[in-house]
Amino acid sequence: MASTTAFKDRNLIAVIGDEDSITGLLLAGIGHINEHQRKNFLVVDSKTQISAIEAVFQEFTQRKDIAIILINQHIAEKIRPTVDRYQEAFPTLLEIPSKDHPYDPSKDSVLKRVQKLFGE
Amino acid sequence: MSGAGPRENVFATRMALTNTKLRLKGAETGHSLLAKKRDALTTRFRAILRKVDEAKRKMGRVMQLASFSMAEVTYTTGDISYIVQEQAKLATFRVKAKQENVSGVLLPGFDVDRVPGSDFNLTGLGRGGQQVLRAKEVYAKALETLVELASLQTAFTILDEVIRATNRRVNAIEHIIIPRLDNTIKYIISELDEMDREEFFRLKKVQGKKKRDAGKAERQAITEEEGLLERLDVQQEPTVDLLSTKDEDVIF
Repeated sequence: MASTTAFKDRNLIAVIGDEDSITGLLLAGIGHINEHQRKNFLVVDSKTQISAIEAVFQEFTQRKDIAIILINQHIAEKIRPTVDRYQEAFPTLLEIPSKDHPYDPSKDSVLKRVQKLFGE
Repeated sequence: MSGAGPRENVFATRMALTNTKLRLKGAETGHSLLAKKRDALTTRFRAILRKVDEAKRKMGRVMQLASFSMAEVTYTTGDISYIVQEQAKLATFRVKAKQENVSGVLLPGFDVDRVPGSDFNLTGLGRGGQQVLRAKEVYAKALETLVELASLQTAFTILDEVIRATNRRVNAIEHIIIPRLDNTIKYIISELDEMDREEFFRLKKVQGKKKRDAGKAERQAITEEEGLLERLDVQQEPTVDLLSTKDEDVIF
């Protein structure tokens, strides 16, 4: 249960998403650039390499100041194996719907586990 | 029966028996407590599951609304994504961790922590400022839902882990530790009984020997006494009737 320790100083929300989602969330005020000039958001468009998404995902999951990672579901779909492998409690990974891609509960890695637990 | 299964490596003594019995009692108490804990956690877990499911659906609706307001902004103001991305420097919308205790398990949760500050003041200055402000509020609301969902999900992940660990412990105590202690107790009791029987047998032997010795000694004593008496008889002088015999007169 090492994951429960040292979560007090986690207070940022990170996003990996398409332009619209990012813009909206940044408007709400989650954008943060730390002292190493690292952003806590990544804009993904059709030209973004999957390896780049994975690298940022790994970076976000390893940073100590991020409490929640939001990721658009259609982007999570691109790096699904990595997302499904991620089981830590901190930072919390949350798949959110995007404008062009409505939410599909059957693809969510957490809901999949829920369904597995209930054997449905 | 008598410790046929796996058992602890102890010497069969009364003290070990007392200790093992105490440990068995402790294991049983622990088992019932852990089972209670598991039940409490599972109840909690199911409640959270239901909430997670609900919140996920709610999130779908909320995000749709947010996207719509973003579309309005784009329609009136034009593309503001670049300027917004450039102006993001310090987070004003943060989360604060809090803890909740469910039967000994610390469940973390997040609270929204908004620093009052107005970024993006210049955004939509030309036109569409209203829409930008509205979009901002809508997104903030959506984020609140997301944060709530995130805390639920964290609680879900941690509870899942803890429940599994508790289940493992309950099963280990039930199927391994208690039978082993039972076996140990049976083993010690059977060993002690065996020792008891041996001791009893030994004592009987000793007693028998003592009795035999005593009998022998007695017999010997009797025979000796008889012999002594005989000898005494033999040694006894023939009794003389003092009255009938006449002593010679003693003349001085």
